[in-house]
Formats: sequence, structure tokens, C-alpha cells
Amino acid sequence: AAIAGLPSIALGAEKAEMRVAEFLGGATASEGGLSLEMPEIAENGNTVPLTVRVDGEATADRYAESVLILADGNPEPGVATFHFTPLSGTQEASTRMRLAKTQNVIAVAKMNDGSFMRTDNLVKVTIGGCGG
Amino acid sequence: MSKPRVKIPKSAAAGEIITIKTLITHKMESGQRKDKQGNPIPRMIINSFECTFNGERVFGCDMEPAISANPYLQFTARVPESGEFEFVWKDDEGSVFSTKKKIKVA
Repeated sequence: AAIAGLPSIALGAEKAEMRVAEFLGGATASEGGLSLEMPEIAENGNTVPLTVRVDGEATADRYAESVLILADGNPEPGVATFHFTPLSGTQEASTRMRLAKTQNVIAVAKMNDGSFMRTDNLVKVTIGGCGG
Repeated sequence: MSKPRVKIPKSAAAGEIITIKTLITHKMESGQRKDKQGNPIPRMIINSFECTFNGERVFGCDMEPAISANPYLQFTARVPESGEFEFVWKDDEGSVFSTKKKIKVA
């Protein structure tokens, strides 16, 4: 239950960590090899560009099966899950997302060998994007 | 009506990695907004995207309400041979939108 007075970002962060834990299924994520490219300051939270990149080409031996993207300051943390395959060539994809306010965007990649990587990135939002 | 748009090169070298850009018009109603009477507006978003080449999966994306209106996706594909890409979007009401693009390997 939410505790009165706690900033809502704390609740969002809790929800986001629950999603991460579910995605990891008990495994541990390492750092490095996965990056998120976003503006440091997003003027319009309705459409914030985002690029996810797992280092190295996608091959039959090594590719990112799923990359979960979460935004821990939104009412619901889920943004998207990208699925790469050996036919993807690179392990890089871009989209545009809504961010309600300044917050952390988290990416967790699950590789085909069952290993995980994680990265956290702060985005400052000038005008929030969850309208109403 | 949601209209998908896809940009890919017409030809590629065998094994080349190409960039694919897709956009589909869709309001992506997040489920977080309220109408003038204060009633919640139900969620109605594109929730999945799939790209296949000659029937084999290239790239997929599960979308959640934080994806912006008119969802844009850019990704890449390795082109092993001449063939056809198919792009399929699905929304919360069960509507399916799709388009195809041919590519020639010289």
C-alpha cells in the first residue's frame, strides 16, 4: 500500500523493480554491453526518443531474445519489450515514449544463453507527457 | 483507421544489414486519462508488432501504454536473399494492420 507523503516516484520505482525481478526470474543482471540512448533533457514528455543497443551483431549463437524497457516515474512503469533474432542483424532498435516527469529509464536484456544485462538512465523532463 | 507506413531499401547485397523504419497512425489511448466528466477513458493501444522475412521472425515488439501516439519503430534486418518482409500490428480491440515490402538481393 502507498504511504501518504511518499513521493509517487518511490512507488513507481517499486513497481518497476517488481517488473525487473519478474523478468530476471531469480537471475542476476551484469553491467555493460547494453546501452540506452536518450536525450539528457526531454522538452516534451509526450514523445521522448529512445534507442536500445546490445553490443555486437545478432548471430545464431548470440542474440538478445528480449529487452525490457521500464520508466520508473510513470503511473505504470512498462514501456516496451523488444525481441531480436539472428535475422535482426544488429541488436539496436528505436521508438518514442511518454514520460510523465523526470525519472529513470531502465533496460534489462535477456540473452539467448540465459544471461542478463541491465542499465539505468536518468531523463530530465521539462513538460510531462501523460496528459490528464 | 490506422495506416501503417514502412520505409526499406528496394535492394541489398546478400547478407547486408538494412535499416527499417515503421510508423502507424494510432491514438495509443493510455488508460490513464479522464474525460470531461471525470470518467476514466479506457486503454486502447497497439500492443504488439512483428516483422518477418519470408515467414521467419526478424524483430518483434510488445508495446505498453507509455509508447507515444502514432508508434514509431526503427530496427535492422539482415537480408540473406531476395524476398518479402511482412509487418503486422495488433491493437487492444483485436484489430490487425499489416503491410508487405519486397526486397531484391543483387
